[in-house]
Parts: sequence; C-alpha cells; structure tokens
Amino acid sequence: MAAPVFDVPEIKDEIEVPKLQEGAMAHIKTFPAPKATQDFMGYPHELGEDWKERAIDKMGDLLGKYRSLKVFLDACVHCGACTDKCHYYLGTSDPKNMPVARQDLMRQVYRRYFTTAGKLFPKLVGAKDLTQDILGDWYNYYHQCSECRRCSVFCPYGIDTAEITMAGREILNHVGMGQKYSNDILGKVQKIGNNLGLPGPALLDTLEGLEEDVEADTGVAVKLPLDVVGAEVLLITPSADFFSEPHVESLVGYAKVFHAAGISWTLSSYASEAGNFGLFNGNYETMRNVAMRIRDEALRLGAKRIVVGECGHAWRVAYSFWNTLTGIGYGGNDPFSIELQKQLDPAYPQPQHICELTNDLIKSGKIKVDPSANDDLVVTFHDSCNVARGSRMGTEPGGQFTIPRELIKSVVNNFHDMADETIGEATFCCGGGGGVLTDDLLEVRVKGALPRVTALNNVVKEQQVNFLALICAICKAQFTKVLPRYGFDMSMVGGVHQLVSKAIKLDTNP
Amino acid sequence: MVYAGMFYVAALVLVIGLAFKVLDYSRTPAPLKIPTTPAPTTRSGVMYRMAKEVVVFESLFKSNKWIWVFGWLFHFGMFLVLARHLRYFTEPVWLWVNIIQPFGKYASLMMVIGLAGLLARRFLVDRVRYISTPSDILMLVLLIAIGLSGMMMTFVVHTDIVSLKAFFMGLMYLDIQPLPQDPILMVHLALVALLMLIFPISKLLHAPGVFFSPTRNQVDNPREQRHLAKWAARLDQKN
Repeated sequence: MAAPVFDVPEIKDEIEVPKLQEGAMAHIKTFPAPKATQDFMGYPHELGEDWKERAIDKMGDLLGKYRSLKVFLDACVHCGACTDKCHYYLGTSDPKNMPVARQDLMRQVYRRYFTTAGKLFPKLVGAKDLTQDILGDWYNYYHQCSECRRCSVFCPYGIDTAEITMAGREILNHVGMGQKYSNDILGKVQKIGNNLGLPGPALLDTLEGLEEDVEADTGVAVKLPLDVVGAEVLLITPSADFFSEPHVESLVGYAKVFHAAGISWTLSSYASEAGNFGLFNGNYETMRNVAMRIRDEALRLGAKRIVVGECGHAWRVAYSFWNTLTGIGYGGNDPFSIELQKQLDPAYPQPQHICELTNDLIKSGKIKVDPSANDDLVVTFHDSCNVARGSRMGTEPGGQFTIPRELIKSVVNNFHDMADETIGEATFCCGGGGGVLTDDLLEVRVKGALPRVTALNNVVKEQQVNFLALICAICKAQFTKVLPRYGFDMSMVGGVHQLVSKAIKLDTNP
Repeated sequence: MVYAGMFYVAALVLVIGLAFKVLDYSRTPAPLKIPTTPAPTTRSGVMYRMAKEVVVFESLFKSNKWIWVFGWLFHFGMFLVLARHLRYFTEPVWLWVNIIQPFGKYASLMMVIGLAGLLARRFLVDRVRYISTPSDILMLVLLIAIGLSGMMMTFVVHTDIVSLKAFFMGLMYLDIQPLPQDPILMVHLALVALLMLIFPISKLLHAPGVFFSPTRNQVDNPREQRHLAKWAARLDQKN
C-alpha cells in the first residue's frame, strides 16, 4: 500500500496545548487481525449477529474481575486535569485523544448498561446505547493509546486510561475486531517463542555471528550462549535485540558485562522474548501464557537468576506481574510458586533489570569502565513510560529514574537531562508503545512523538546533545523510524548498554 | 411532615447505596499490581500517599493549578461548612464544633467561589467544555444553590434555628417535630435531600472510589510478595 500521507507537526520551543480539532484522527484504522490469527487466539474474526450481547457480557465479566475498571468508570468527575496530559492529544488535537474522552467512549456504554442513572436518565449523564459507530470509535481510539499511564499520574483519583484501553481491546477481540499487529505477535510468541518469529536455529546462527563480530572488534572471545543448562543467569531480552539496529548493540553490551564479571549466563530459544503483548490486550490468560514460557524455561535450565534486558513494557510485566503470573519472585506460599522460588538465588532481586545488575557491578568495582570512550557523545536519557510509571529498580521508590542515570553517568562524561516536566514520572511516551508500533499507525506514532521530540530538540539546541539513550526495544524502533521525520539523524538513538559496551574494559577480568 | 419522610428516605438511600457500592468495590478483586510508580513500598507509606491525595489533592496539584485551587476551596470549604452543621445534630454542641463555628460560616464563601470557578471552567476551557455532560453542570449548580441558600440564612435572612434544631434532633430520636415554614430553608433542605439521593448513583462516587483506586492504594512490592486474586489462582492449579 502507499505510504500514508500526513503533515509532520512543527517543533515549537515549548510543548503547546492545542485547540480541539474534532475528528482530526477519525480516519485512523489499524489493520484488523485476519481469521487465522483470531482463530489461534480463540476470538471471532468478524462481527456476529450477537456482537452486542457479547460485548456487554464481556464488559460485565471484566467489571467483575478488575476493581480498577469498576472504580475508574465510576469515579471520574470530568474535572479536566488529564485533558492536556496525553502525548497523542498534544500531537493530534483530536479531543477523543484526551484521556477522559478516551475513557468516556467506554464510560458512556458502561453507564447505559450497568448504572441506575444511565438506565433512567441516559441523556443527562451522557449514557449511550452500544452501536457499531461506538464500536468503531473504540477500535480507532483504543489503538491511539500507548497505555503509558501519564494521565494516571495527574488524575486526582489515579484513574489509569491504560486499564480502560486494555479492557476496550479485550472486548473488541471478543466481538471479532482484533488488531493485526498485536495479535499476530501474540501468535508468534506463543507458537515460536518470540515476537519476531525467529526459530531456534536462526537465533543460534545470529548469536554465533555476533560472537565473531565482537571478537574481531575487541580481540576478546565474548560468548553469547544459548540454551545452556545450569547457567547461573537466564537472560530474557526483547527479540529485537537479536536482529534490529540499534538494539543489537545493547545485546553485545550485556554479553560483555557478563563476560567481564565472570557470570555464567544463557539466552533461551524457547523463551526468546521479554516483550509481552498480552499486557496491551488486557487479557490476563494470554499474558500469563506468554510469561509461562519463561518460568518453564527457568525450571528446565535450572537458572538461579532471571535478568531482563532493555525493554519498557517487558520490565513492567516482569517486575510487577511475573511473580503474580508465574511465581518468578519471592514470598510465594503455594506449591506452584515455591517450586520455582526455592531454585532462585535469594542474594539477588528476582527478576532483576540489566541496569540494576550492571550498575551494581560497576559500583562494587567488579567490572571496570572507561567513560572517556564515549567522549564523542553528549547524552540524554528518555525514561520509558512503562519503566517510569509501572515498575521500579533498586530498593527505593524512584530507583527506576536514578539507577539508569547513575549507570549512564558512570560510562559517559557528558550527560544532560531533558526538561523536568518531560522526564521521571512525567515522562512522555515515545509514541510507539502499547501495540501502536506498526506502520499502519505511522501517523499516530509520528504525531504522538511530538512532546518528546520537542523536549529533545531543546537539549539538542542548548546542550549540543547528540545521543538519546534508551532502555526499551519499542522506544528504539519508534525513534529510529520517527526522529528522521523531524529532521534528526536516526543514529543518535541507542541503548544504555550500547554506551556500556563502548566503555567497558574487557581485559581486566579475563 | 413531608420533609421528615424525605430525609428518612434520603438518609436511607445514601447509607445503603454507599454501603452497597463500598462492598461491591471491596469484593471486586484487583488481580494485578498496578500502583502508579514511584509508589510507597510499605503499607504506612501508602496511607501517607492516600492522605496527601485526599487532604491536599496532591495529583491534582501536579496537574493543573486552577482546578486545584477551585477544587480545594470547594472541598475544604464544604468540609468546614459540614462540620459547622453538626451543631444542629448535637446537644450539647461539641467543643470543636463551637471553635470552628466562625470559620465554618465564612467557609461557605470558599465553597461557593470554588464551585463557581469550576462551573466557569466548564464553559471557558474548550477541553473541559468538550467533556462536560448536562449532569456535570447541574451537579455544580445544585451545590451552588445549596451553598447560596445556606448563606442567605447565615448572612441575610436568619431562619428559626432553634426550631430547626428541634426538627433534626426529633428526626434522630424518632420524635417528629415541625419544620419552620421558611421558604429559603425549605429550598435549602430539599436540595440537600436531592444531593443525598443522587450521591450513590452519580460521579459523587469519587469520594469512596479514591480509596479503592489500585493505582493509589497498592504497595509497590511485587518482587517481594506474590499478589494473587482468587480467580487467577485457579490458573496455577492447571500447571
């Protein structure tokens, strides 16, 4: 198909709140999931005659299973605090991209079918019967949300639009309106083991090729082991790290860290994916099925530590949900979780983020680095949304902000943060998270990146920043695609462990 | 005695409606750990976070200073006004109610100014205008009308407070007394009863709701504690 035609927004000096332009993004339709994909996921692939009953039944089911959904649909007072917080609203001006309006697409139906006021006085409280038009709005606007949770920071009741979006997509799936991008990936990861659909032999071949490259480059035989039974660390990393640029540079970085620290480690061909798109679709069972591959593999390989590579939503799922879903963590008192937890080394957090691991090794002097190796760079750091607002690193709240920065500052000499209101808990999503990272949503991605690009542009102009450090596979893919649209060089994007890779001294601990 | 019956019904609806909702919220599981991070790592930390949210509207303060100023004036003003009203339900009147009495009188001004600001935003800010439903506006109008009618009686035309107190004490002790036939008072009380009636079926549920919001009330300790909902625990049995 022809590339979608749209205007790239102009970068202003400040992030501006636009005037409403109703319907500005009403033309967006992400590609629907085909029959084979929906069949595999156990969903219909088209609207059946009973679609309305199915939708309302599913909504009732979710309302009974998720307190978040029930409370969030009731509690909103339409105060407007969130209206200027979403990067998609800021970038598109479409009012339905304001978090509260996105929620109201579902809230209007919830009120009509599940509340007294909406049954008695629908017009008064903005309640509406579910129609195909509304379903179309859901499909459109629930795929213009990256589930980044920025709105939830600013809501006086903590309403998280991500929870509504997830429920919306789950209901859409149940009536036969799945999204091709996410559901294809969920098929591949459950059948093959990773989102890219790389079979084991291809993976092995790639890793061997990388080993040769690293040895040619450094003169040191750094290994990238696969499927090693008895390795201490099982590294779970996004599959993009195996093939995509600049992701693969970080994978080399992890390998050098393990090599320099003398830690035995392995990748897995069966569990070759950290990402978990089950999160995006709001289906607990799917998310659990995807995560179970990692538990099963940890048990099979006898790993004592489970470490997660650079990936934002993967870290949210790993940190916040793995213990719940699969028992990877501590404190379980049931046979299912004890079976795994008795195998894990209690000296380390489980799971552990690669930044936690590397930062600890550098601080304790177990690996040596030379930051001057990165003296050609002036670095800034983009807090990935899921890491920032859905997880933690270290033992203190906010460790997800301090630890990556500590790590970066130990391997580079020139670092500048972007504006305060665009980092930390207020960070702007890259614009490609939450199942939006597909070319059929390119317009959404480019426009949604505007707030982040505006903040980046300011440090590029004022601090001569020439490198955007990331800890997320989706951020990396999104920025390499989108930054050139705004006139930036895509080579200014890379992982934190790409910086580590350049600075690490391999000869000190052979 | 229409008013006596009205208040019994309104009180019943309010209490039972809210109890039902609170029970419903507490019985609905939260299967996943979803605190908006950075989040407290201890229970007491969560109580502190919640207290900041409820008392000073911390998140709203981060978000938008205008909504925060108007919202906080309204809520804190209303809190003082309500506390002052306890004098009509207690005999002898509690000491602290007497102490805040003068503040409570002028807090009504805070309340109405805050409400007027919030109402103005619904017309003046295009984003807020877009999301406002008729009920959003009527709710503010209702609260303003309650505030203004109350202020009329405090500052302009005093009503027969002694008989009014006898009426409410009578309601509480099931000894119905006549209500003073003052039109302003009757409007004020009718609007209050209406507010009580719609509380459990409206967005006023944000009041109990905030305490049940998983993004605010969960402890950030998922690596240390296995958090498992009952319906989700069944999945473990299959493995």
